[in-house]
Amino acid sequence: MADRPMVTVDANEAVALVAHRLSEVIAIYPITPSSTMGELADDYSAKGKKNIWGSVPDVAEMQSEGGAAGAVHGALQAGSLSTTFTASQGLLLMIPNMYKIAGELNSFVMHVTARALAAHALSIFGDHSDVMACRQTGFAMLCSNNGQEAADLALISHAATLKSRLPFLHFFDGFRTSHEVAKIEMLLDDDLRAMMDDDLIAACRERALTPDRPIIRGTAQNPDVYFQAREACNPFYLACPEVVQDTMDQFAALTGRQYHLFDYVGAPDAERVIVMMGSGAECAHETVEHLVAQGEKVGLVKIRLYRPFDLSAFVKALPATVQSIAVLDRFKEPGALGEPLYLDVVSALHEAAAEGILPGAMPKVIGGRYGLSSKEFNPAMVQAVYDELAAARPKAHFTVGILDDVTHLSLPVDASYDIEPADVVRAVFFGLGSDGTVGANRNSIKIIGEETPNYAQAYFVYDSKKSGSMTISHLRFGPRPIRSTYLIKRASFVGCHMFEFMDKYDVLEYAAEGAVFLLNAPYKPEEVWDHLPVEAQRTIIDRKLQVYTIDAVQVARETGMGGRINTIMQTCFFAISGVLPRDEAIAKIKEAAQKTYGKKGEEIVKRNWAAIDATLAHLSQVQIPAAPTTSRERPPIISPAAPQFLQDVTAKMMRFEGDNLPVSAFEPSGSWPTATTQWEKRNIAIDIPIWDPTVCIQCNKCALVCPHGAIRAKVYDPALLGEAPAEFRSTTFKAKDFAGQAFTIQVAPEDCTGCTLCVNVCPAKDKANPKHKAINMELQLPIRERERANYGFFLGLPEVDRTKIERLDAKFSQFMLPLFEYSGACAGCGETPYVKLMTQLFGDRLLMANATGCSSIYGGNLPTTPYCQDAQGRGPAWSNSLFEDNAEFGFGMRLAVDSHDKMATELLVKLAPEIGDDLVDAIVNGEQHGEANIKAQRERVAALKAKLATMAGPAAKRLLTLADYLVRKSVWIMGGDGWAYDIGFGGLDHVMAQGRDVNILVLDTEVYSNTGGQASKSTPIGAAAKFAASGKAVGKKDLGLMAMSYRNVYVASVAMGARDNQSVQAFVEADSYPGTSIIIAYSHCIAHGFDLSLGMEQQKLAVNSGIWPMYRYDPRRIEQNLPPLQLDSGAPKERVQDYMRNEQRFRMVEKIDPVRFRHLAEMAQIHSSQRVAVYEQMAKIIVPAPAATNGDASE
Amino acid sequence: MDLSTKYLGLDLPHPFMPGASKMSEDLDTVRRFEDAGAAAIVLQSLFEEQIVGEQLATYGAVDGRSDAHAEALTYFPTPEAFRLGPEEYLEHVAKIKASCDLPVIGSLNGSSLGGWLDYAKLIEQAGAAALELNAYYLATSINESGEGIEARTVEMVRAVRQAVTIPLAVKLSPFYTSMAHVAQQLCAAGAAGLVLFNRFYQPDIDVEELAVVRSLRLSDSSELLLRLRWLAILSGRLETSLAVSGGVHSHLDAVKSIMCGAHAVQMVSALFLKGPSWLAAVKSDVAQWMESNEYVDLTQMQGSMNLQRCPDTNAYERANYMHVLRSFSM
Repeated sequence: MADRPMVTVDANEAVALVAHRLSEVIAIYPITPSSTMGELADDYSAKGKKNIWGSVPDVAEMQSEGGAAGAVHGALQAGSLSTTFTASQGLLLMIPNMYKIAGELNSFVMHVTARALAAHALSIFGDHSDVMACRQTGFAMLCSNNGQEAADLALISHAATLKSRLPFLHFFDGFRTSHEVAKIEMLLDDDLRAMMDDDLIAACRERALTPDRPIIRGTAQNPDVYFQAREACNPFYLACPEVVQDTMDQFAALTGRQYHLFDYVGAPDAERVIVMMGSGAECAHETVEHLVAQGEKVGLVKIRLYRPFDLSAFVKALPATVQSIAVLDRFKEPGALGEPLYLDVVSALHEAAAEGILPGAMPKVIGGRYGLSSKEFNPAMVQAVYDELAAARPKAHFTVGILDDVTHLSLPVDASYDIEPADVVRAVFFGLGSDGTVGANRNSIKIIGEETPNYAQAYFVYDSKKSGSMTISHLRFGPRPIRSTYLIKRASFVGCHMFEFMDKYDVLEYAAEGAVFLLNAPYKPEEVWDHLPVEAQRTIIDRKLQVYTIDAVQVARETGMGGRINTIMQTCFFAISGVLPRDEAIAKIKEAAQKTYGKKGEEIVKRNWAAIDATLAHLSQVQIPAAPTTSRERPPIISPAAPQFLQDVTAKMMRFEGDNLPVSAFEPSGSWPTATTQWEKRNIAIDIPIWDPTVCIQCNKCALVCPHGAIRAKVYDPALLGEAPAEFRSTTFKAKDFAGQAFTIQVAPEDCTGCTLCVNVCPAKDKANPKHKAINMELQLPIRERERANYGFFLGLPEVDRTKIERLDAKFSQFMLPLFEYSGACAGCGETPYVKLMTQLFGDRLLMANATGCSSIYGGNLPTTPYCQDAQGRGPAWSNSLFEDNAEFGFGMRLAVDSHDKMATELLVKLAPEIGDDLVDAIVNGEQHGEANIKAQRERVAALKAKLATMAGPAAKRLLTLADYLVRKSVWIMGGDGWAYDIGFGGLDHVMAQGRDVNILVLDTEVYSNTGGQASKSTPIGAAAKFAASGKAVGKKDLGLMAMSYRNVYVASVAMGARDNQSVQAFVEADSYPGTSIIIAYSHCIAHGFDLSLGMEQQKLAVNSGIWPMYRYDPRRIEQNLPPLQLDSGAPKERVQDYMRNEQRFRMVEKIDPVRFRHLAEMAQIHSSQRVAVYEQMAKIIVPAPAATNGDASE
Repeated sequence: MDLSTKYLGLDLPHPFMPGASKMSEDLDTVRRFEDAGAAAIVLQSLFEEQIVGEQLATYGAVDGRSDAHAEALTYFPTPEAFRLGPEEYLEHVAKIKASCDLPVIGSLNGSSLGGWLDYAKLIEQAGAAALELNAYYLATSINESGEGIEARTVEMVRAVRQAVTIPLAVKLSPFYTSMAHVAQQLCAAGAAGLVLFNRFYQPDIDVEELAVVRSLRLSDSSELLLRLRWLAILSGRLETSLAVSGGVHSHLDAVKSIMCGAHAVQMVSALFLKGPSWLAAVKSDVAQWMESNEYVDLTQMQGSMNLQRCPDTNAYERANYMHVLRSFSM
């Protein structure tokens, strides 16, 4: 056997390493959890890594998965060895091409991280919903259950597709396998060469379309031949299983790892057998071995080749003694007799019996669902399934892993059942998203995996927030390959890297008896104990935990590491756990730091090393008293004042106890109450802004830019101050509107993320001490109670009467209640200030279609959501359909609203004699622009509803259900540039061409932000992004200019940080415009790579340099004989490269290749000047009004 | 006219050269300096602080955001190698060496002893003929003594001297209590030359915005006077080369500097304003002036007006108000 290195990688990397070396053309589109494979393939090619034939594969990022499938299909037809990587909705978009690729017998492999599909809700996590939707496409389907298998079966797929001529869908579970880091044996180039048959590759080339040997494919066939021609492929499907088994045998001869189409594990005389595929089979494998060792007659059939399903191989894999079989599907097919795998097994057994090849008697078969959306699947659940098989009357269809108290399908599970062996070390670490814990743990597991004989495994759990998020790392290592594909419950080591977690979560729930607990605490060792809540003290004493502590933040500060405590905590872990001798461990940690950070500069390495060296002197063991010394309990995670649903459901999810919620807790259609973030007091800011009324010039910019709606402004009757808390701040409002009113700017102390955008935009400075502004950061903890009382009082003050606001500019817009608050967006987010503004202006009549992406995650990811309601219970109604269809989705909403309005108007007119002509006329013809008019219409509609309630007849009843639509609704279609410029552009373009009254908001971060910084067609020239690592060579698409080409679309380009009044004006105009409007909003983003507290300043520089011109194109101006385009930004007065040099996305290019950077910066300057020049000219053009063109109003 | 001079042990055809500035970043400009007949070229400074800052910024933007969200473990591509160290500067030194025949004088501003030593060695290896140590350091701490800072600077020069073999110049600030003593110590530590003086970014105030505004004003000839005095004081008393930097705009400015003891005349602002060819003009005007004033060669003029040789040493040694008093006493 060849000497293959052991590497510690996740399955995405394991597969990418194989697929890249076996491909010539790779077309991809990012989608979680498969994105990493595409990124790695691009990275390998960018670095010049070659495939086994000595050529660098061509990697192309497409505009959608549909596009990627089309591209690989084309490449296959032209004779290239191709691959792609995808998951979930992306895989669904590939299905049309998959039929073609299979129908034409193309040799091709796609690697899929199996993921849930969006149904009642989106989920990024793993199950088999997506791959099961492909079983009818004609692709062969091969499933891997762990990282090693993923590498091995990737190679087997690439080899078998050549021999069988069937395309292969090779899949493995999203996250649990794709993201689990494990120690595996790497496949060498020679292994790959040995498996790939050059003659078969030549045959592929022979079949390629070429004008040198012309043939035609993709014909249209008629009833006479289509059927027969479709049957012509049958021999290939019949032969495929044998080809795959031969390939597996060939692989076994090469590597020693033998796979079969169906692998059996368990007692040779098993009576109860589970049939399943995917990562859950690993857990089942581990459990079966445990049960068999105890004498149980149980077994497991692991399906590897799911399609074509080989009847005889399946039957051969079953022990003759089997009496009952449970088929486990990680998928739900509502309304079916059973899930697909179950039905396959039932059919197989039936046919086997008919053919007489069943080894024993016909077993009883039951089918169960498990593990949807990465739901935990552990040995206790496997045990529950075997118990069910042993029951006298087992459930024919069941679920396992949840509590179904509605249809009672779930199996009872003994939560205390635990089979993990003592010789496997288990460690759990709680980290803050930005503290580097996950990265350090990844390094730790690599050190253990590669420097010790141990097998190792790491799996990371992230919460759904983008700011102040928590990570939980689960690390295992031990003497045997680790099959525990489930979360650790009883750890011998628990690390808590953030002291505040002790007050929020039951961190010690994970600690086994006698475990070590390492706590990063901002206290002296002798003080730590007294700061723990009583629950923690009790657990420590009861479970006899050894507690160690370090003030890692102090060590990090002293060694120049800022807030990065990762290597410090890592050093503590190695020092305490004794996995390696201390000195050796420290040397390895240093080596890992050198490897991780070395290419980013010696200074980072130097500082990490200094931190590592300084750690042990600060590490102390805490003396544990015999009994708790405090009565302070962990504070409730949610206010007792929150509505009951939140107490019953949301609070449990926030405490990470959502797994325990029963089916009955959920509304079956996926509807959730809005306005729930207000109950999640996250307290993640160390410093919060505090207003100084003596300095304030009352511009409200701080409130405007706050990404989290955590700074509010109000004017109110000064008499109300009588009830104010003693330290509530107030001053007299200075403007003539609302003269004599009191004015307050108030922070929501527990919802602020501490981003400091507000402080940076504040223009008011104390004349004697200009460092002191009208809003200044102060430590939150000492003033939390005070400000909580102040904010409570502030919220109780009456809202400003919207109808009294005469000047709707940036300042006065902030007196309108935000109906989007405290989202989980990144601290300093550049998108959310626009979203918040939109809800302030139109939130009470807002219907929103939100494309998948950052905005749908911070807008709709549970447990809590930020869209909220006003005192009348009105607020944004929000939904996310898909990534690709959002414009159409919102367009459909408009059609429905218009249809309701139309029908209501028709009924109104019909019922006018009964309702009264005056009211009907006022409702039908009432002006509905401006807050006062909207209010008047609402009052008229209220009067109408009162009248209708007294009327009999079906028409009146129908009108009553529709009456509210007589108040104008504002439909907004919102999403990022990945949607608007790429995947959803076709739909966006079509919707713009319809001229209906929808408003489109493009939150333009110029990159795919949510999936981790992949280039979009909005990415500007010169910016480094994934798939444009050396700096994007082509300019950004001018979406605004394209929209203007329709001439009847309102188009605005805005940048709040440059001119906030222009942003407000654009939103107001877009809403008032009776046709389609689009606003393209510059949104700074963490993927730009700079300190976001300076985001608004950078926006100003973008505008001043001309790279982001601001304009408004209003078709209404044509009729006024004015140029429809108004350029709102002046002539550029800064250099584009000065803007570029502030951001890492551009700096990175300069630091890789300064010559290229200079060239691209020059090109960016030229593009920007050209663009401004075009707009300047257009802003002078008056086009003929419709009347002047003989009434041709269609344009 | 023989304008030849010896600076930092280098035999130069004349003393005129562009001083350290961003002008040397552009290879075309460097060639234009060569065409204008510059005697040597001093490159812009390599700032250790900037290198460190760049590394920290990259680390913060790239690593500070990673591994925090399930869908985006990273936000940036991972290039094979960032060039966040001195690579670009060193390649530039090599490129200039390759593309022109001028002696290249590197320039370095370190912020740690390790940095001074490492980068000095690298600049030497890249082919610099000499190295100017830009000892710019703004002492803002109220706990740091002048003595301490001076000792550290001297120590740094000594260490660099031992680490490299090319000649070293030290570019000084004029703000030392005992400038002459510091100069003497630096020479004793191994400096082959002193450059008088560094000019600083001097922050301005925006009185409307109550903001500090960074600005770099170009020099004018009035700034030369401070340099003339110190050239004159040091000239002839230390075994070292002297260069003037800051305030030389005309041929007469250059003549004065040479008379006060300058072996090299560095120009920046004048060349920014008038282009590289101005160097040739100043050189030729100096030659013409010397001819018309019947000088034999440059060495005859060099140091003629220094403290030791000038007719009125009091003029250099006394403070301003003394002059005023004396003039009134007459």
